Amino acid sequence: MVAAKTLYDKVWDAHVVRQEADGTCLLYIDRQLVHEVTSPQAFEGLKLANRQPWRTSSMLAVPDHNIPTKDLAKGITDPISRLQVETLHDNCREFGVTEFNIGDPRQGIVHVMGPEQGATLPGMTVVCGDSHTSTHGAFGALAHGIGTSEVEHVMATQCLIQKKMKNMLISVDGKVGAGVTAKDIVLAIIGEIGTAGGTGYAIEFGGDAIRALSMEGRMTVCNMAIEAGARAGMIAVDETTIQYVKGRPYSPKGDHWEKAVAAWQDLHSDADAQFDRVVRLDAASIKPQVTWGTSPEMVLPVDGMIPDPAQESDPVKAGAIRAALQYMGLQANTPITSVQVDKVFIGSCTNSRIEDLRAAAAVAKGKKLASNIKLALVVPGSGLVKQQAEQEGLDKIFIEAGFEWREPGCSMCLAMNDDRLEAGERCASTSNRNFEGRQGQGGRTHLVSPAMAAAAAITGHFVDARSL
Amino acid sequence: MDPFVVHTGVVVPLDRPNVDTDAIIPKQYLKSIKRTGFGPTLFDDWRYNEPGEPGMDHSKRQLNSAFVLNLPRYNHASILLGRENFGCGSSREHAVWALTDYGIRSVIAPSFADIFFNNSFKNGLLPIALDSAVIEQLFRETEAQQGYQLTVDLPNQQVVTPSGQTFDFKVDEFRKYCLVNGLDDIGLTLRHADEIRAYEARRQQQAPWLF
Repeated sequence: MVAAKTLYDKVWDAHVVRQEADGTCLLYIDRQLVHEVTSPQAFEGLKLANRQPWRTSSMLAVPDHNIPTKDLAKGITDPISRLQVETLHDNCREFGVTEFNIGDPRQGIVHVMGPEQGATLPGMTVVCGDSHTSTHGAFGALAHGIGTSEVEHVMATQCLIQKKMKNMLISVDGKVGAGVTAKDIVLAIIGEIGTAGGTGYAIEFGGDAIRALSMEGRMTVCNMAIEAGARAGMIAVDETTIQYVKGRPYSPKGDHWEKAVAAWQDLHSDADAQFDRVVRLDAASIKPQVTWGTSPEMVLPVDGMIPDPAQESDPVKAGAIRAALQYMGLQANTPITSVQVDKVFIGSCTNSRIEDLRAAAAVAKGKKLASNIKLALVVPGSGLVKQQAEQEGLDKIFIEAGFEWREPGCSMCLAMNDDRLEAGERCASTSNRNFEGRQGQGGRTHLVSPAMAAAAAITGHFVDARSL
Repeated sequence: MDPFVVHTGVVVPLDRPNVDTDAIIPKQYLKSIKRTGFGPTLFDDWRYNEPGEPGMDHSKRQLNSAFVLNLPRYNHASILLGRENFGCGSSREHAVWALTDYGIRSVIAPSFADIFFNNSFKNGLLPIALDSAVIEQLFRETEAQQGYQLTVDLPNQQVVTPSGQTFDFKVDEFRKYCLVNGLDDIGLTLRHADEIRAYEARRQQQAPWLF
């Protein structure tokens, strides 16, 4: 009898080229996505060693981190950013790598662009020099972020040197309440297992509440697997996956499509597969979430109170709470809904897809920004998301409410372009990291869903979006 | 890559959990297209009193005298002692480049984030995971004794304290081999090019839509 396998086991096994005695493997990589920040040193390494990429057709490049989100006609005014974007373009031209450059409607955040183009397919191994590559696991792919040395290694050899990770199942059982989104589910998971809970594991997300999510929602969940410490998050393939992939530019066509769909039917964990760890969450108990601190595990349901370090028995954790309260300018034992916001950011590889923009627009429709909101940005994940949103009239809803409707890119998720927080400013953000200084030095980030970000923009403070 | 065999150096304690790669090297410095020059901006937001930007003369910036790296007793530290989940967050290898450029050769902590851990080995930086109780002891000793040094012995997989106490650590055989010999792993992998081609040919039969 063939041993029962998890989804991760299956995709892993299909890609092992060779295995050393200590378990170290050469793992074949089907797709490498490339952006401007983590690739220049890898391309330079190839040139210095006089090497060529192994298979350029496996690569797809797009600039995203440095891209301005307004006045694109002026180009990139920061000369250092401009050089980095030009370097990507020059490298792609020199090595024959397909690139979606600024002005191309396909340009956007690498983790939005890949799935949108059908460049991410079920059962693939996908890498990118970016930790949020875990996003692509939503397609039953094994996808994870790598460093620049590994980017160069994959370019040169089409393989990664890897040891197999352990298997974790996170099952979100039952049905979430109305108005509770994929972002709330994943923040609740991180609150449960902690930011190092998934270290050393590939996480499979399962259960009815995950199965019920759209592909956009599944991408949001897998995107933040890395915030739970797991390099890879995965979700089994089903009809939702196949319908999403069908007909996209890089998806298989004709006879190949039929063969691919038949092969993808196996991309789920076997019924009796063994996991090294299983975590179960009750979907019905998940409420809209808001992070209060400087690590994604510092998260509360919207009706929660900011924690008190005096109540924490572990001295290292108590110290971390104290440092976070001080950095965030918050008082222990106060309701998170009493916290006022200065800026709002709706975007990032976590939450910039069409469904995210629809959810935010549904809250903003017919309303106005609260008077204390200095800036509220909506940054679509790609040019194609932007076009779709404009066809649906979402841009007008945002603009009438007082939001700024911007061009696609990573924007204020990490503030490598001009979109940033000033010191002390507080932001309701749909991005993925609330680290110190992430959105600008001294900036204070609270992670929320698109609906919760729009609700904070309208009321000026955190509030349960379901109550509006 | 520089080989790592045995290293003895001053230890600097960074007493906070979940030190993320954004803190190790803030985003504005990721615009560089080089692998070098990140040392002066290691822990930039914590190390200096005013915000930094690429292109500044960092030697002229005002240091935050309270930050542990700036305390005179930790001058020329080459071993960083950390807490849980060191190096979490972004995959930026620039975090490792900043640590090595500053002069750090080894980071010792109870646990590391996976991507940072991987990136370290590619650059001659040795990450060592030890039990929380041992880490606690090392924090106490480092803070108690000025000029406290540890010896990291990779061939024997031991951390040795000034009093001669030893702590064993684990490291994958393959990684140890590459680090001790300072080997470029692309060259090693390309020795298996025929196997990679054979895999590709098989795979192309099974899953032609991937090619």
